[in-house]
Formats: sequence, C-alpha cells, structure tokens
Amino acid sequence: MGWARKLLRVNLTAGTCTTEALNMEWAHQFLGSRGLAAKYLVEEIDPKVDPLAPENKLIMATGPLTGTSASTAGRYTVTTKGELTGAIACSNSGGFFGNEMKNAGWDMIIFEGKSPKPVYLLLQNEQAQLVDAAEFWGQSVWDTEEGIKAKHQDPLIRVASIGKAGEEGCKFACIVNDMDRAAGRSGVGTVMGSKNLKAVAIRGNLGVKVDNVEQFLEAVKAGKAVLAGNPVTGVGLPTYGTQVLMNVINEIGALPTNNHQEVQFARANDISGEAMHAVRKDGTKNLVTNAACFGCTIACQRVSKIERSHFTVKDRPQYQVASGGLEYENAWALGANTGVNDLEAITFANFICNEQGMDPITLGATISAAMEMFEAGAITTKETGGIELRFGNAEALVQITELTAKGEGFGREIGLGSKRLCEKYGHIDMHMGVKGQEFPAYDSRGIQGMGLTYATSNRGACHLRSYTVASEVLGIPEKTDPLETTGKAGLVKAFQDATAAVDASGLCIFTTFAWSMEDIAPQVNGACEGDWTVESMLEMGERIWNMERQFNLAAGFTGADDTLPKRILKDAAKTGPAKGKVNELGKMLPEYYQLRGWNAEGVPTGDTLERLGLA
Amino acid sequence: MQKSLHIIPEKCTGCTQCEIACSMEHEGIFSSSKSRIRVFKFHDEGRFVPYTCTQCAEAWCQRACPTGAIDINARTGAKEVLATACVGCKVCTIACPFGTINYVPDSGKVAKCDLCGGDPACAKACPTGAILFIDAEATGFEKMRAWAAKTDTGASATA
Amino acid sequence: MIGLLKRVFGNNMGQAQEVTDTGSVAADAVYRYVVVGAGPAGVSVVENLRRNDAEGSILLLGDEPEPPYSRMAIPYLLVGKVGETGTHLRQQENHYQALGIQLRNARVTGIDAAARRVALSDGSGVQYEQLCLATGALPIRPPVPGLDQKRVHHCWTLKDARHIIELAHEGANVVLMGAGFIGCIILEALALRGVNLTVVEMGDRMVPRMLDPVAGTLLKHWCQERGVAVHTSTRITRVEPNPGNSEDTLLVDLDNGQQIPAHLVVVAAGVKSNLDYLQDAGLAVDQGILVNEFLRTSDPHIYAVGDVAQGPDFENGDRVVHAIQPTATDHGRIAALNMVGKPTPYRGSMQMNVLDTLGLISVSFGEWDGVPGGDQAVLQDQQGYRYMRLEFDGERLVGAQCVGRTNHVGVIRGLIEGRVALGPWKERLKKNPHLIMDAYLACAQR
Repeated sequence: MGWARKLLRVNLTAGTCTTEALNMEWAHQFLGSRGLAAKYLVEEIDPKVDPLAPENKLIMATGPLTGTSASTAGRYTVTTKGELTGAIACSNSGGFFGNEMKNAGWDMIIFEGKSPKPVYLLLQNEQAQLVDAAEFWGQSVWDTEEGIKAKHQDPLIRVASIGKAGEEGCKFACIVNDMDRAAGRSGVGTVMGSKNLKAVAIRGNLGVKVDNVEQFLEAVKAGKAVLAGNPVTGVGLPTYGTQVLMNVINEIGALPTNNHQEVQFARANDISGEAMHAVRKDGTKNLVTNAACFGCTIACQRVSKIERSHFTVKDRPQYQVASGGLEYENAWALGANTGVNDLEAITFANFICNEQGMDPITLGATISAAMEMFEAGAITTKETGGIELRFGNAEALVQITELTAKGEGFGREIGLGSKRLCEKYGHIDMHMGVKGQEFPAYDSRGIQGMGLTYATSNRGACHLRSYTVASEVLGIPEKTDPLETTGKAGLVKAFQDATAAVDASGLCIFTTFAWSMEDIAPQVNGACEGDWTVESMLEMGERIWNMERQFNLAAGFTGADDTLPKRILKDAAKTGPAKGKVNELGKMLPEYYQLRGWNAEGVPTGDTLERLGLA
Repeated sequence: MQKSLHIIPEKCTGCTQCEIACSMEHEGIFSSSKSRIRVFKFHDEGRFVPYTCTQCAEAWCQRACPTGAIDINARTGAKEVLATACVGCKVCTIACPFGTINYVPDSGKVAKCDLCGGDPACAKACPTGAILFIDAEATGFEKMRAWAAKTDTGASATA
Repeated sequence: MIGLLKRVFGNNMGQAQEVTDTGSVAADAVYRYVVVGAGPAGVSVVENLRRNDAEGSILLLGDEPEPPYSRMAIPYLLVGKVGETGTHLRQQENHYQALGIQLRNARVTGIDAAARRVALSDGSGVQYEQLCLATGALPIRPPVPGLDQKRVHHCWTLKDARHIIELAHEGANVVLMGAGFIGCIILEALALRGVNLTVVEMGDRMVPRMLDPVAGTLLKHWCQERGVAVHTSTRITRVEPNPGNSEDTLLVDLDNGQQIPAHLVVVAAGVKSNLDYLQDAGLAVDQGILVNEFLRTSDPHIYAVGDVAQGPDFENGDRVVHAIQPTATDHGRIAALNMVGKPTPYRGSMQMNVLDTLGLISVSFGEWDGVPGGDQAVLQDQQGYRYMRLEFDGERLVGAQCVGRTNHVGVIRGLIEGRVALGPWKERLKKNPHLIMDAYLACAQR
C-alpha cells in the first residue's frame, strides 16, 4: 500500500478520462512522484518534442507517503518537458492538493493532448470530468480557486491552477495550489496553459492506507521527534523560514546582487527574516504567522501582510490580505538581485507571483538581467514603456511584475525568461543560469559545490537538486569549506541521489536538514510493500537521476551544457570571504562524471545503466 | 479528574496532523474528511482554528436524539454515539449549534469526537501544543460554554 | 393573545386500547407530576423532572401498547436498519423504573382542571399537582373518498409500521399520498424496500413547507431519476376498490385523470395537534394548546409541550406549533424546570428539519423563506444537486436551506439562535454561502 495503485489519464484533445492500474513494477523501481512520473514521461513522450506541442504530456503525481501522517507528507510534483529549459522538468509543491489527490484515490494524473477550449478537471474520488473553464479563463489563481469552490459548493475542494501568466505563455509560469503553494520552476504552468487546462480541482475522502500500520506509525513518530529536536527544523525554520538565510548567505559573500555583479548586498538586512519580524511604522509586522503544509511538523511557510499605507496596496484591498510571504529565494530574486531593499514592495511582487502564477526566482532574475541591460543601454525606456528599469527601483520592480503577470507591454518580454531576453537584446553574457533556467539565491563563487549543483542539475540551475549549502554553510550533515572544491563532486552526487529519493517518496526535502536516509527509509518501508532500506532508497535515487539525464541527452543536451555563465567562471567575486574567487567547475566536473559512471562527455556508460536497471 | 480538550488557535500552524491522527484512530485510514476534529483556515488572515466538540454540558445532540443513541461516558465525560442505536436520522446534526456532530454517508450514522476513550489522538499528534488534553476546570472551553449558555433556549437557568 | 380559538375535535382517531398496566394503579392516585403522552416530549419532561426533583412522584401516561418510542425511527424500522426495540426512546432496560418514573398504558379521555384530575378510558382517573400535556400530533386524514378501506394506512404508529412492512413487499405497487416532510421520510423507506412507488403531492413541489421551489424541485428530479414517479400539483380524488385484482386491490384516481392500481396506499397528508380529549378542560387552544414563555397553559397547573403545544417562536414571539424533535425535547426540559419551581423562560422554538431523500440530504432552518426587508445569498448547482440559500435580517442570519450539504450544518442554528452579528462576513457569505462554518468561527467563537 502507500500507493493508491491507480492513475488517471486525461486526454484533453478527445476530452476523455480513463483509469489505469499503476505499473507496480515501475513503482518498485522509481517509488512515486518525481521518480515514477519521470518514468512515465520518458516512456511516453519523444524527448525532442516541442514543450508546448500537444504531444508533450504533463504529469501530476503523488508519492506513496503523500497523504499519510509522516511529517511533511503532502507533496506532489508536476513533471513534463519544461518550456523554460527544454529539459525534463519536475516541480514540487506542498499545500494540501497532493493529499487530496491521494485521498481521491489517485497516485498520478497524466494530461495529454490539448483541449480545443479552456477546461478544468473536476475529480471527486473516482469521478472525473472535464468542465468548461470559460468563466475562469483570464482569472487569477486566487479567483479561480475561490470560484471553483463556490461553483461546486464545496469549500474542501483543493485546486491547482494557472493564472494569467500561464495563459499568456509566460515561459516561467507556475502551477499554484492552495492559493500560494506552487510547482514553481521551469515553466510547468506554461505547458499547462498550452494545453488549455486552467485548473485541476480535487475532492477526495477515500483515505490513504499504509502497508504496516504499526511499523509505519512507529517510524513516523521517531521521525517527528528528530525534526522537533533539530535546531534548524525545530526552531530556525518555524521562526524565520528559509529567510533565516538572508543575512547568513550575505555574510559569507554568496548573495548574488544586481544580477550577480556583486556577491553581497549592503541592504540585505532590510529584506531578511529578521526584518519580517520587525515592527513597522503602523505597529504591525510584515510576518503574520508561520504556517504548515499538509502534515508538516516544521511549518516553515511565511504568511505576510503588506503595510496598508504602502504604495503597492494603497486603495487595493484585494492585496491587503495575508498571503504566502517571502521565502528566501523569492526575497533574494526580487530583492537583492534587483537591488531593491523595500521589503513591502518585494512582498507585493511575490503576492503577484502567487496571484497570477509566476516563478519568482526566474522573474526576479529576468528583471535583474533586464535592469543590467537597461543600465548598459541595451534596453531603453522606449522598450520599457517609460519604466526606469534600474537596480534598486522598487516602483519599477512592482510595475514590471504586474505587466509580466498579465503579459502586457514590456512584461511580455520579461515573460521570455532571461536567456531568451538576453539573446534578443544581444547580451547572452548577462543571462545568469544553466540550461535556460536562472540561478537561485546562492552565488557559486562563494559556495563552490553549488556551481557543480547548478551545472549538472537535470532541470537547469536549481538549488533543490543537491542543496550542498546544507553542508558547505550550515554543516549538515557535516561541515565542508564553501571555498574548496575537494570532495564536492562526491557531495553533489550523494545529495542528488538522496534528494531524488526523498522527492519520489512524497516527503519534503526540508526534512533532510534533520533527517538522514536512516530516518526516511523506515517510514517508506512501513508504508510500502517491498524492502525499502537506506541502500535501496539511494540506489533508487541514483536510478532516477540517470533516467532524467538520459532524457535530457535524448532531448539534445550534451556535456557541454553542464557549465556556468562566464561571469561565474571568469569574473572574481569583488567582496567578502570569497573575494577574488571564481567558481572552479573544471576541477569538480570530471570527478563528478567519473563518480556517476559517466564517460568524459557526461553520458552514462552501459555498465552504469545496466547496474541501475536502465539498460 | 476529568480532562477536556483545550485548543489554542494562536499556536496552530494548520498542518492538520490532528485530522490525520483522528481518522487513523477511528477509521484506520489517513483521511482528513473522516476526522472529527477540523482545522479551519482563514487564509486572508493567516489564522488557523482547530475545532471539535466541547462535550458541552447542554448536550444538544443527546437531547435531540430520538433513539437514545448518544450516551455520556461516565469516565471521560464524552458524549459518545452508540453505533448500534443510531439510525442515521441526522436530527442531532441540526440540533447541535456548534456543528460538531456530523453525518457520515459511508456508515449511515453520525460521528463526533469521543475523546478517544480518554487519550485523544489529536492532542498527541499536535506538534505545537495547540491542542491540549488537560484538567477540565482549567480549559478555555469555559468561553465556548459561556457562548453555548447564551444561545441556550432556556436562558441561564440550567438543569 | 388576540383571536383565540377554542376548537373541539371529535374523538375519532385510532382505537383506544384497553390495556391494564401490570403494576395496577389504584384509581385516583395522587401524583406530584403527571405527564400525558410518552413520545420524545413527554419523556424529556419526566427525565428532567426527575433530574430537578429527586423526590416528587411522576406518572407518565401513554396510549400505545409499547414502551416509549420514537416515530422518527419508524422509517428505519421499515427498511430493517433497526428492529422495533431500536425505535425505543431509551435503550436501557428499566430506564424509567430506575428513575422512579411510573409508566402507565392508558388513554386520557378528559381533564378536570378544577379538580386537577385526569380521566382515563378505563373509567379510572389520577390526580395531579402539576400536569404536563405532551399528547403530540395525529395524522390528518383528508376528505378523500375511499381512505377508510383496507390497505390504506397512515405511517404514524408502530402498529401502522407493522401493516406497511407486511404489505410493502418488493415490487409492490404503492401510492404515497403527500410529499411533505413525513411523506418524504417514508418515501425513502418505501423506495429502499424496493416497491414500485408513486408519490402524489398537492403542492407544486416536494416538501413545500420546508424548502423553496428551487430546492423542492431539485428533490423531485432526484427522486424521478431514481425511479420514483412523482406527481406534484396533483390531487388524489378517490381510492376505489379494484375488483378482480388480488394483488392490487385498490385503484387510486388522480385529478389529472390517471388511475393507478395499488397494493398499498400510504397517507401522509400532514399532522395536527392532538387536542381531542380537551373538550371540557377549558384550556385556551388555537392550532395547539396555547402556552406562554414558561410553557404554561391558560391553567397555572397545566403545561403543554411538543407537537401539541403552540408556544413562542424564536424569531418573533408569535405562538406557533413546531412539530419537530428538537423543539419537543427543548420544551420538555424547560417545562420541567418550571414545573419544579425553577422559573425558566423559553427563548422560543425555531423550525428546523433535516431530510434524507434517497441519499440527497436537505436541511432548512428558521425563516428559510426570508423576512420582509431582509436579503439573501443563493448558490445553486442544479446538475450537482447542490443548493444553498441563506436569509438575512440586517447583520443577522435568520434562516437557511441547504441541499447536498451535511457538514457542520448545526452552526446555522448557532448563528441564528445566537443572534450573531455577522459584520463583514455577511458580504462574504453572499459571495459564497458555503463559508458558513468559517463565518461562525470568525463571528461567534472569537
């Protein structure tokens, strides 16, 4: 058990919904969620397919632990060929949608084809139907979610939808569930929009069962105790969220600033977790509370309210409410990287991302790149429609964010993402990303392992594929020197494999600040049939990693794409502990290939594939 | 000493571990929909409110039951639904002004919090101490009871 | 109380059962408390009397040869969900004996208020210090020719239920007269027994006194989709014998010209307060026995509760008969407190009903059809069989109807009876009435 053993196949072209038994052989090889969905995608689509063509598929998947009482077990993933990257995309979201899908009796939903008109999927336990979405097309995520609940007269329906951004073809549109939880990166929302699929609305009450209840509950209880007792998951994350990192990363000189021109932001404290706790002029705080996703005993989520008198929300009551507040990555992308230190303005830009479904990392990074091009004169107010797109301009940040969400004016150009935008204006050197996806909030000149992480990530630059920051900065599981390259190849591979396994289970990666695979494997083993040990979990993670790699190779990527922008490799950090350093990817990559069992071109060898059962 | 559930909404993060634990305790599955305690979310305010039966002294459900299917557990003080006697008429679900006894279509009967026989699973599962099971005298349920008395059709005199 | 009516009903309903109590009560015994009627209201009275007066003698009189039972449970008996004992109001053996409450099976024929004496059909009588009348309601037999035949039954007593169980076999042609609240409950039971069911309702929709046209019509379509023939705005003009047909011995004539052969006709054409025995009692009566906010009748020693009582309405204080279980038990509790000398005013009853019609659950509360000058929130999904309508008076909720929703509906009562000011939540409810629980928590529980 653990698995519902059932998937729903929705053919949007034909308008049909069919039930299939889950391929249990694959489930035992790839567990679920990220792993199992990738397996289905790899088996079912041509890797060279245009991501926006009807032939691409979009898979929403839960893991076997999703919906159980394991801490954080509410995750679901969206797997597809990403529009932003052209690589395999797998975006992971929390909230309550994943649990609802599982409770309705589904491990996975595969969307294929393209609907002739906007529709949404209404899924109530075994009952699935495509419903005309004309009344919701053009509406925000927030209005769509509320509208669907009201229309079907059930406040307990859970909705994942795209906003205006996804409809308008913004290349980094995300899929938002529960108002402000998002499958954020790589343009999975863009793919959903291209299929004329506005939303997925689910209500389920069939329940989730586990294989061995007693064993499972015992492992879950032990796991929760570990999370509660750990300083990061027990105190740091609930109190400051990921925003606990803002000042920390700034101090070690790894906080990309002004589109990675700098590695420290003088006003970092203004946009930090501490600042969110500070009392504002009107006596309130930016931070309303922390909050939890389904079953999460950490509760790192930020819930914020913008100061009522702030220019962004004055006379706009719809934005004077609480919504998902700033996480570290968002605060960085919309703040430090754009040089903006106005916490309220950044919070507002983040609200717009929640409301209209955009990835704030790519948005902030693309605006940053545009700002650099503006300051270089490559973009002028003629293109921007009069907006002074300069670093540090909070009004410009807010204006351009709203335009991007609606696909209007220069916002449509921002919606291309930084790679296409920089290409268009002749400054590809200002695109700060890998495989078409922008960097998150760690400058790899100051944290060497993250350079290898970014370069080799299967979904383009990403921190959530191997978060070596844990080791290099926080000392988890053991401290390594962020400025050293020695040992980082092994560290990255280990993190990548473990992360893939955790993602496949339905748990949140944040648990791994406290949990090792020794804590996780028993929970999976209690929930699922089969023998799930630390070793088999890690091997499963490695199997997923190699399968994703093979997809990308077949899609046309090569080892040459495992690289970093010139700025990171050639231009030394100007300040801080990393002053004078570049990222020394060249020292790490060959060793990494070797450890992976790949040849010098980064292609898995026959032996490796054989060993992992991928041949 | 009789204990009762004491809920501190300010401490709730909305994780719903209480719901998951309740459904496992009573139904043997993980399913928030089958929980007798519910966490209500005020998204626009960033507020979470766990909510369940207060085992109120007025016992509206018990009084309204036409078949005597709701009994008071002498040890825990909980109003418990006797599955053998409940015919599923649902009158208690409209009579309880707190909305904490609900019809379950699967069983054709009603369900409510029974304090798990004196060791409530929700309180054990709550990671933040938002749900406590403590000495009845000390709980803030007095506030809710005061409200119940206010709505009582029989003014302040109580039986 | 303007326009009081004194109405006298003929003693025509049901056969008086001459059953002597095994305990054999001495004639004209004197009791501190005598309660007439052993339904939910009467039982509520006696239990609350005992709770508040450990000593006083209590006599509970019932005219059916059964332990106190619940008519509401009869439909579940019809479908076999419970046996006859499952309909009993209290499940414990010797419940009444343990409380020192004397139960007696006897029919009251009259009350001599001056002598504080209740006359019984066996010629004996009992005397009381305080009397409470909980004689409930009786089913109405409309003036339609042919309803006095065999195989035409009400569905009111356990005895009726036994007849119906005997006749309503699978596939039997059954005609149900009336799709009011009780009719609909029986409808479900009959349909579940697998009969071939036709329902005939005079009103333009089902449960016209509980649901508005939208909701009542939803119910009709729901039933029709499930194979029940529903005729609304239709009258039964006559029930005739159907000679030569041993199975369907009856022919039911409708005013649209149709004739339906029937093996059984069930009459559920409404109920009226049971006032038959009150001719000489001198009590003020209207639709029921008029009672004040202490549930006292015009005689200071006589109280009335439940379906027979016409008591204060929660919303406007008018005197109304609310023949529903929660009112019966509330009445019982309040009357008992007043009878033992703890003056307790009653805040008034509110109409509330819950109905399960072949799995489609509907509820209605209070002023569900609105009040003058009020406003409303309406949400409907005809295909999904969901409907919600809230009625407001200013900032307050005063009534509601829901179809297809059961979770937390009780808070509608809480909001109405708590006279809760909704503030900004009223507008939110107007946008989405299903946020009723959120509104309750936000407004009533803070």
